[in-house]
Amino acid sequence: MRLALREMRRRPGQFMTAAVLLTLISMLLMLLGGLLDGLILRSTGAIRAQRADLVVFSATAEKSFLRSRVTPETRAQVEAVPGVTSVGGIGVTQLGARVPGNGPRDLADIALFGYQQAPNGVPAPPADGEVWADSILKDNGVKQGQTLLLGPERSPVKVVGFVDDVSYSGAGSLWGNPATWRDVQNANRPASSVAPGVFQALVVRTDRSPSSVADAIDRATNGATGTVSRNTASDAIGGVKQQRSVFNQIIGVTLVIAAVVVALFFALLTVERVGLYGVLKAIGARSRSLFAGVVAQAAVVALTAAAVGTIFAVLLDVFLPPGAIPYQLLPSRVVISAVALLLAAVVGSSFSLRRVLRVDPASAIGRAS
Amino acid sequence: MTAIDPNPVIVDPTPALQLDSVRKVYPTGDEEVVALDHATLTIAGDEIIALVGPSGSGKTTLCSIAGGILSPTEGTVVVAGEDITNYSQKQLTDFRREHVGFVFQGVNLVPFLTARENLLVVDEIGRRTGAPARRRADQLLEELGLADRAGHMPAELSGGQRQRVAIGRALMNDPEIVLFDEPTSALDTKLGEQVMELIRNEMKSRSIAAIVVTHDERMTHYCDRIVHIVDGVLSN
Repeated sequence: MRLALREMRRRPGQFMTAAVLLTLISMLLMLLGGLLDGLILRSTGAIRAQRADLVVFSATAEKSFLRSRVTPETRAQVEAVPGVTSVGGIGVTQLGARVPGNGPRDLADIALFGYQQAPNGVPAPPADGEVWADSILKDNGVKQGQTLLLGPERSPVKVVGFVDDVSYSGAGSLWGNPATWRDVQNANRPASSVAPGVFQALVVRTDRSPSSVADAIDRATNGATGTVSRNTASDAIGGVKQQRSVFNQIIGVTLVIAAVVVALFFALLTVERVGLYGVLKAIGARSRSLFAGVVAQAAVVALTAAAVGTIFAVLLDVFLPPGAIPYQLLPSRVVISAVALLLAAVVGSSFSLRRVLRVDPASAIGRAS
Repeated sequence: MTAIDPNPVIVDPTPALQLDSVRKVYPTGDEEVVALDHATLTIAGDEIIALVGPSGSGKTTLCSIAGGILSPTEGTVVVAGEDITNYSQKQLTDFRREHVGFVFQGVNLVPFLTARENLLVVDEIGRRTGAPARRRADQLLEELGLADRAGHMPAELSGGQRQRVAIGRALMNDPEIVLFDEPTSALDTKLGEQVMELIRNEMKSRSIAAIVVTHDERMTHYCDRIVHIVDGVLSN
């Protein structure tokens, strides 16, 4: 092991090719991970921000806000369930918004929420016709005090302030009181208008086990509701699961490539070292320790690559203009990517095991170097 | 400069090597190749023998069996009083590390380690002792006249110096027997004689037995005894 590490210090050039390749792979991993997190966080912000354990949809809605309607009667049944400590109505309408003064392309995708219980980071519901705006809408030229015109009916809402990390399905969100939301919904989506007191879903807090309370709610409403955890509700947002699975597949393939690169590189290196291994085995080195040296070298190459990849990820985070691409740097993602790369390198290098075992110490004798 | 041990060396009566009717057969396809045919050989505790024979005669096989690299097909092998005939590969590996020294043809130093580190490899591949090993390496380098070359890479050393580093490495584990595989093949006559003289001095001053494989008859007079091998059969 010490021998292997000293070899890396004395002959760094030998490992350069593998290090460069793995560094590029590591940068790709960090970028993919950052994009995945960025996309998911931008899709789920509005739901993640809810101060709620459970989200109650109507039973036939399949966890879709668009299809879901919860009437005041159902709400009363939910409020009566033991363990439910608070219930808030919520509704969302996805529309295009005209941003005045933003040039010819003044259209921004928005999701207007009507809410009763303030989510994390969002103040209490504002007055009629006023909204809190998602800070990512600043990239679309939205300013405080501005009046946006929503949907085909150009329903006006006035931006009274900004809130962070509350995007919904990739669009910037606007947060108004239930009346504001209903007015905009009914004006622009007359086919799916909502009556006073009706919401699309309820956000519920509980002081008991959320899953048992969820079951109790659905029983109390005689199966009229489908109650899920907040995480399940955010995963149910359109595209979230698909994005996650596509990106995870690409990340998986990238890791396989990393393992193959390491396997090929160390296979070549091991072939070059057959003579040296023969000598070392003859003087009493065990195959196990020689193999441990190979794995240690692969691990050092992978960790170096991961370190450079991490620096790259941080630089991306610092220098990417906000809103350019949905990139999000999460420490957990960096750690997971680094550990995955390390594992791929260890797996790749272990393909050299057979070759190391097969080196015959007798080959050292009767043979000029 | 060879340091003479001030204490008189007590010659170990245990033979360094006892081969008794050793046969080694390699299967090649349907036939068998007999590399060593009922070889019987005893080497005393501080004896240096020259093993002489043409290529393909079985020198390598004999050395490999004597050094605990190969196990015989038949017969018994006792090295330094320890019967290693039926040792497993792992036991043989440990045995070699503790009891046998090797100087390979073409020297075969680790190219990315300094002279001193090449000696310390022997310590690092086993149970590390650290400071005692470093003291021993420095002492050996001093005795071999390499104290000022200790920090040099093999590529920066002359052929004779590399040969001496290899001898130092073979002595690091304080072996009972050292196997020299063609130690002078790459050297001219003058340097070859110097190396043989050095080998003799080093072995004798430490009472270590040695087998010197050579086909260079000019070098055999540095040995106590010459053993010839032809087609796997030994003759004195």
